[in-house]
Amino acid sequence: MIETVNLTKKFGDLTAVDGLTFRVKEGEVFGFLGPNGAGKTTAVRMLCCLISKTSGEASIAGYEVGKDADALKIRRIIGLVPDNVGLYDDLSAYDNLDFYGKLYDRTEPQRKESIQRFLTMLGLWEKKDVMVGTFSKGMKQKLGIACSLVHDPQVLFMDEPTANLDPESAKTVRDFILDLKKEKRTILLNTHNLDEAQRVCDKIAILNTKLMAMGTPEELERSAGGRKTVIQLVQASDAILAALRKLPVRNMVVEGSKLTVDVVDPEKENVAIVDAIYSAGGHVQTVTVVGSTLEEAYLKLVRRDEK
Amino acid sequence: MRLSKSWIIASKDFKVFMKKKNILYSLIVVPLIVSLLLPAVIGYAGHRSGAPGMPAAELVVLLPSLTFFYLILAGLTPTTIASYTIVGEKVEKSLERLLATPTTDSEILLGKGLAAFLPPIASILGGAAIFMVLVDLVTRGTLGYDFFPNWNAAIVLFVMVPFAAIMSVEWNVIVSARVSDVRVAQQIGMLLVLPFAGIYVASELHLISLGTTSNLLIITGILLAVDTLLLFVAKATFRREEILTKWK
Repeated sequence: MIETVNLTKKFGDLTAVDGLTFRVKEGEVFGFLGPNGAGKTTAVRMLCCLISKTSGEASIAGYEVGKDADALKIRRIIGLVPDNVGLYDDLSAYDNLDFYGKLYDRTEPQRKESIQRFLTMLGLWEKKDVMVGTFSKGMKQKLGIACSLVHDPQVLFMDEPTANLDPESAKTVRDFILDLKKEKRTILLNTHNLDEAQRVCDKIAILNTKLMAMGTPEELERSAGGRKTVIQLVQASDAILAALRKLPVRNMVVEGSKLTVDVVDPEKENVAIVDAIYSAGGHVQTVTVVGSTLEEAYLKLVRRDEK
Repeated sequence: MRLSKSWIIASKDFKVFMKKKNILYSLIVVPLIVSLLLPAVIGYAGHRSGAPGMPAAELVVLLPSLTFFYLILAGLTPTTIASYTIVGEKVEKSLERLLATPTTDSEILLGKGLAAFLPPIASILGGAAIFMVLVDLVTRGTLGYDFFPNWNAAIVLFVMVPFAAIMSVEWNVIVSARVSDVRVAQQIGMLLVLPFAGIYVASELHLISLGTTSNLLIITGILLAVDTLLLFVAKATFRREEILTKWK
């Protein structure tokens, strides 16, 4: 659905996006994760045909980004939730949605149906005639998302949709994104909220001007250095440690009666570890697998890049 | 270019204007005051010394100059709206969402232009109609005929006023690209009134006659030339990439 090859944007001497290559399948939620200034917004703006690309190729649903004849076609099938909610405070919720529906050539019955559907989904139908200026930040953000959906786009670009929202509003917006995911919409989500990316995205690209890494959240976690098994023994002994050293365990750390070892495949390796402990006369209280988090993967990549 | 898209944008702005008191005041109150005040001054000046009215010779020089006031209003009134319609969208940060819709830059620019052009034109022409009726009532006795309507007033109101309003809109688009505050945009936008005010003062000093059709046509030609020039600058300023990356 979305495909880029070496997509690059330069502003004078400054390279904002450098050789970005990725592919988003239909119905996939793809996350751009990166620090401020990483080029996430610039990448989205290029894909939405709002700014030109300096070089490289990009296409959305077969339409070529950067080709004048395709720009309107692309904008017709996409929806953009910008980082600023961008609503008209002096218009009602209904009028805001109706305005965008008209710009996308939706007929009046289509607009009415879409507006009622999305305002109801977002719990705003009762407020449809209320001026948006009186809305809370969370309500505005929800309405902003509805504005981007009123024409039923195939692809939705969301630029930090939960930024500056209180936890409850952020959760509502995230739940709504998950609802959209169930509808098999293709979503490209810009965020620097790791938890959000992990919960919502099928695939994540870590971006810091250049693409640092890409994969499923699990793949990225693994890439940060694998997992650890933490074993709480009743009592550690030399016999147990000797038995474990005979196994291909890595980086064993002993702290009193607690052992920590690096594992690649905990489901298989932990059985051998526990067997070895029992064979050496030890008793296990608990076995815990600690994975490296997406946060660790992200920080590792971004810091490495900064160096 | 699809006019329907521009009209959707303009209609949305009209709805917003109805909620903005300062815009409504500038559209209704200012032209109304001018249209009531000028005939009142003519009437008062004529009867102050007990005379039946201002001398006819003075009236035929003064009245065309007063018609020129509507040209000043045409330069002034769209400023409030144009600065709101563009800088206001910048302040409310709604431009990016609008730019992401399947509309061309020209359609958006035309929509914004129509929103800033049509209400002031309607208001100015309405005010001018009141002005002409009242002036005829006040001066009919002295002149022995109705001074308005006449061809010169028609040129001023139906040709020069729209050209001046277009100039004001274009100027405000250019100004809006460089400022991020509605009031600052309005203040800079109002500078456009100065050349019109200068022409009016020149007419009062008898340096130029605004009752002469040829002079009005020369000014119209200049307005048209400046409008054309500003149109190119405004179009070059109002481009998606410029708006998103270079506008303040």
